Amino acid sequence: MDKTLLTTLTVNGRTVTRRIPARQHLSDFLRDELGLTGAHTGCEHGVCGACTVRVDGMTVRGCLMLAVQANGRRVDTIEGLSDSGEIADLQGAFHRHNALQCGFCTPGMLMSAQELLSSRPDATRDEIRTHMAGNYCRCTGYQAIIDALEEVLASRRGGRK
Amino acid sequence: MNARAELPLHAPGTAIDKGYIGQSIPRPNAKRLLQGRGTYVDDLRFPQLAHVVFFRSPYAHARLKRLDLSKAAAQPGVIAAFDGRAVAEYCKPWVAVLGHLKGIKSPPQFAIAIDRACCQGEAMAAIVAESRAQGEDALQQVEAEWEELPVVCDMEESLAGKYVIHPELGDNICFKREFSTDAVDEAFAKADLVAEETYAFGRHTGVTLEGRSILADYNAADHTLTVYQSTQAPHMMQDIFSRHLDIPEANVRVICKDVGGSFGIKVHVYPDEMATAAISVMLRRPVKFVADRLESFLTDIHAREHKARVRIACTKEGEILAFDLWDLTAIGPYSVYPRTSGIEGNQVVNLTGGPYKHKQYRAQMHVVFTNKNVSCQYRGVGHPIAVAITEGIVDLAAEKLGIDPAEFRRRNLIPEDAYPYSFPSGLKFEKLSHHQSLDKLLALMDYAKLRTEQAALRQRGVYRGIGLAAMIEVTNPSPAFYGVGGARISAQDGATLRLDPSGMVTCLSSVTEQGQGAEGVFAQIAASAVGVTIDKIRVITGDTGVTPYGGGTWASRGAGIGGEAVLQAGRALRSNILDVAAHILGANRTELDIVGNEVVNRLTLESKLTLAELGRVAYFRPDTLPLKFQSELTVTRHYTPRDYGFAFTNGIQACLVEVDAETGFVKLLKHWCVEDCGTVINPMLVDEQIRGGIVQGIGAALYEECLYSAEGQMMNGSMVDYLVPLSAEMPDIVVAHVETPTRQSDLGAKGAGEAGTAGAPAAVMNAINDALRPFKARVTAQPFTPQRILEALGKI
Amino acid sequence: MKAPEFSYVKPGSLAEVFDLLDRHGDRARVLAGGQSLLASLNLRLSEPELLVDITGVPGLGGIAVSGQTVRIGALTTHRQIENSAEIAQHLPLLAQAVRNVAHVAIRNLGTFGGSIALADPAAEYPACAIALDATFVLARRGAERRVKAREFFRGLYETALQPGELLTAGEFPLAGAGYRSVFLELARRHGDYAIVGLAAHARVAGGRISDARLAFLGAGSTPVLAVRAAAALEGRQPDAQAIAAAQATLAEELEMPADLCSSRATKLHLARVLLGRALGALGA
Repeated sequence: MDKTLLTTLTVNGRTVTRRIPARQHLSDFLRDELGLTGAHTGCEHGVCGACTVRVDGMTVRGCLMLAVQANGRRVDTIEGLSDSGEIADLQGAFHRHNALQCGFCTPGMLMSAQELLSSRPDATRDEIRTHMAGNYCRCTGYQAIIDALEEVLASRRGGRK
Repeated sequence: MNARAELPLHAPGTAIDKGYIGQSIPRPNAKRLLQGRGTYVDDLRFPQLAHVVFFRSPYAHARLKRLDLSKAAAQPGVIAAFDGRAVAEYCKPWVAVLGHLKGIKSPPQFAIAIDRACCQGEAMAAIVAESRAQGEDALQQVEAEWEELPVVCDMEESLAGKYVIHPELGDNICFKREFSTDAVDEAFAKADLVAEETYAFGRHTGVTLEGRSILADYNAADHTLTVYQSTQAPHMMQDIFSRHLDIPEANVRVICKDVGGSFGIKVHVYPDEMATAAISVMLRRPVKFVADRLESFLTDIHAREHKARVRIACTKEGEILAFDLWDLTAIGPYSVYPRTSGIEGNQVVNLTGGPYKHKQYRAQMHVVFTNKNVSCQYRGVGHPIAVAITEGIVDLAAEKLGIDPAEFRRRNLIPEDAYPYSFPSGLKFEKLSHHQSLDKLLALMDYAKLRTEQAALRQRGVYRGIGLAAMIEVTNPSPAFYGVGGARISAQDGATLRLDPSGMVTCLSSVTEQGQGAEGVFAQIAASAVGVTIDKIRVITGDTGVTPYGGGTWASRGAGIGGEAVLQAGRALRSNILDVAAHILGANRTELDIVGNEVVNRLTLESKLTLAELGRVAYFRPDTLPLKFQSELTVTRHYTPRDYGFAFTNGIQACLVEVDAETGFVKLLKHWCVEDCGTVINPMLVDEQIRGGIVQGIGAALYEECLYSAEGQMMNGSMVDYLVPLSAEMPDIVVAHVETPTRQSDLGAKGAGEAGTAGAPAAVMNAINDALRPFKARVTAQPFTPQRILEALGKI
Repeated sequence: MKAPEFSYVKPGSLAEVFDLLDRHGDRARVLAGGQSLLASLNLRLSEPELLVDITGVPGLGGIAVSGQTVRIGALTTHRQIENSAEIAQHLPLLAQAVRNVAHVAIRNLGTFGGSIALADPAAEYPACAIALDATFVLARRGAERRVKAREFFRGLYETALQPGELLTAGEFPLAGAGYRSVFLELARRHGDYAIVGLAAHARVAGGRISDARLAFLGAGSTPVLAVRAAAALEGRQPDAQAIAAAQATLAEELEMPADLCSSRATKLHLARVLLGRALGALGA
């Protein structure tokens, strides 16, 4: 029975193979092994959302997934989403609304936001608030984040990105 | 009507140009955070980096009879294991008392406790390993035998002193303060109405999303220590590392990278962080400690555990004659270093009754030790308590007299022509705008309409409540706050502005950034003062090796104090640039100005010389300048607020709630805040500070409490059971301003960072009680859980 | 908070899973979505030697309607249940309930089977399964048995699952004509574990209630089917007297242990309120 496993996964479009301890969660693997420190460690029990990344197109808590479980899967982090331009409009709106202060929740917040934008393009303000309730922010009080998302939703609906 | 501050950013006679002051410019340093490309302490990589974990007491009070680290030390990846005595050889203990808090006492505290644990979570040993995981594995091999000691958890039991936690101190009183004006009893005797109520506040904590983080890097060759720390006050920590680790001050460098939230939690000295630094010295290699979430709940400072009995004396016309306060607050087993745990209670005494013009006031306040976690300054410090008890009893008095709460306040707020004003507790107010702010708030929220709606909805069994909370807030503190007590905490700050050869301007400030936007604000001020466009400014903060010496961030001082230093430095740099320009151009400097990165004719605005060209000449071709002339294109200025102990601000908040009278659940419908913080440099950033602060206050009012068993065990120390505000339950918050600049500085900016948190709990409490009015029910113990509301309604 | 060391294996068949479970006994833990298990490992609440990841085993997923039964495979995620047209149409109680399960990122990985097997007293599915009279399929090497939801939950985190057994699916009977469902829960914040919740499923005909299944969560160490309340309502219109009669039975039937912020009295009161509201919604 193996305590470490040879694991191959795609991270931000690049194939990565490593021998990974079974007990290392995906977030620690991304941060410590690959130097992708954009996903942050906030609680390690799945509540705060700071570690949220995307696996096979779905948001997941990086702290509640073993890195070895990502074998054969596609992982996207905030660095990848930034470099590809996928969330440029979202980042711009966050910036203009000051929807971030200390920035620690921001990568996870953007991941969750992008999932909402993709899956519920007609979300109401209340639905935005409900969807984003899985990401804790201590600095902003949330309103600026909700405002930024409303703006991007409207803009994407209008076909502009 | 206050005139908007005219900021003489340029020499008299030139066109007044406020530049970027007053503009809502997005923060330049936010871009990297949006891409996950910030650098927090835990992101740093160092060769030979070791990780420290702590063996922590599971007991609230116990003697450590036997500690055996030998098995732990032999575990895979473990580099070393240390107990308290070993670390004490490298790190001196501290006692958190200050001279201006008369009679305050506290026992010494060591980086790692020796022989006795006085609260659950207290570090009793350190394990250093190659990875955090290996350190945690090794912790399970630590062998310890304990003898449990009596636990003091109840604040009144502590005050009664049947069991004294630190026998050498004689009792459990850390600090007490009594204050009285000379005619309090007369005021109560002649009052038409005396109302009394007791309020309780649950202890709670900051829950910064980034845990406390420190990476200490000792270089044995130089006897230098570089510390990367998630802290608000790098210079303060530089001094403390220097004195307690016996390393010369200038050999200690403290660097703040990006900080993931602080709110006062990270302005204190933590024993585990001191131990980390000591261990770096002991092992001669970089050592990192990051508090995980469980450790954070157990060991980050807690705050605001109070029980306060308030009495108010009024005439039947609703004039407040006096307040009388008895306040008891429970801290942990030590006063926290270096600011002491007496300040919060002291603030409650200072600030109760704050917005009002009564003349008589009496207060008696005790701060007592318990075996719960330590407690110290957290955003707002004593304000949330003082504002809640003041505004709560004011609402009660208004109700008993049959006067509308807004009108009752109007009759009692300090009038606008009364300044400068001396408040009964000794505070001095330069100039506040209570009535303007009240008027603005009532208009903003359409108070009359909300009352009409409330009445109509009550008929249908829908219970809405409107709660008001007027407040004053301490900002821009002078040395009166800490310095006078002997603390090596700087109340002054400095800014260095440097014109770089390419025409950019680098600004180094001793104030620090944790996301509130200090760097953005300084860029706006610097650009305005020098005459460059904002994209030319780079701001550096958080490095004691590089910036001027100063206080950092606390007590809402960044913009007002740090900003003023930037302004003065910017003006001085502008002047020095014009000196150079005059020589280059062979012109009279009074004919010149700097606008948009260029030296221009002051009257015609015709461009004469770009700053890039000026930089080239000054730095690379000074041989072309007059023989006796030396360009000085790096300028430093400092600023200390002197005229007033604090630059008080004023504000007023309102909260609209709907209470489900069957379940006791509270729905927050909307929240408003009118805040007067003087000159507003970036309205968006100020408003966002206020919103974030209000939500933090809402957390205290409805959700947050550190719950302890009678044995001193924290029972809800995880994100599942300790409830922080999340987006689904939070209201939209409307913010507006009145601007009464302070005359203590040219910038005129007061602070705004804590105002939201100071007033929100009071507004929420008053709103809930307003909603419950038809039931003749009141709640007075925070957090206002459904159970407490149901009990008040008599349903339980 | 780093998990202790363990080994990990991801078998490709049920046979291999049973092999591993038989060989390692209680030193092995089954890993499906991991949203509860991995948190408990990070908290060092348990220290298994081996995690057996069953997400690679075919045939354990999917939502299928056949005949009078909706079969939900154990590996079906909450998100799949949330987005399923079949569930929305045939098991609206579950569709309502799933929206209360944590948040999207958790729902993306967390599974139906994992939630049932863990049997947290505040979880939504166990109560729904009881209200809907579901049956769970438990498989072991070479054998399969079915246990009714109403017999499956035995105690705090304790179920009918025997060592070496795996929950492979839940089978829900299609609702008969005239049945309505209401799911209500009270939580301080959306997505939190409920203080108390109610999965209510009943036949409503001519304004009268019959065959009411009222399953409370957060009411004791397992979900509680309030049979006395149902009896008090049988054949009646849910008017004020009927509701009061039903509410009055709850104190005996619901254990309602206190939690950190709510006493037994508070929780009982809230249960009564939820019952009243659910009945009002059913009758509307």
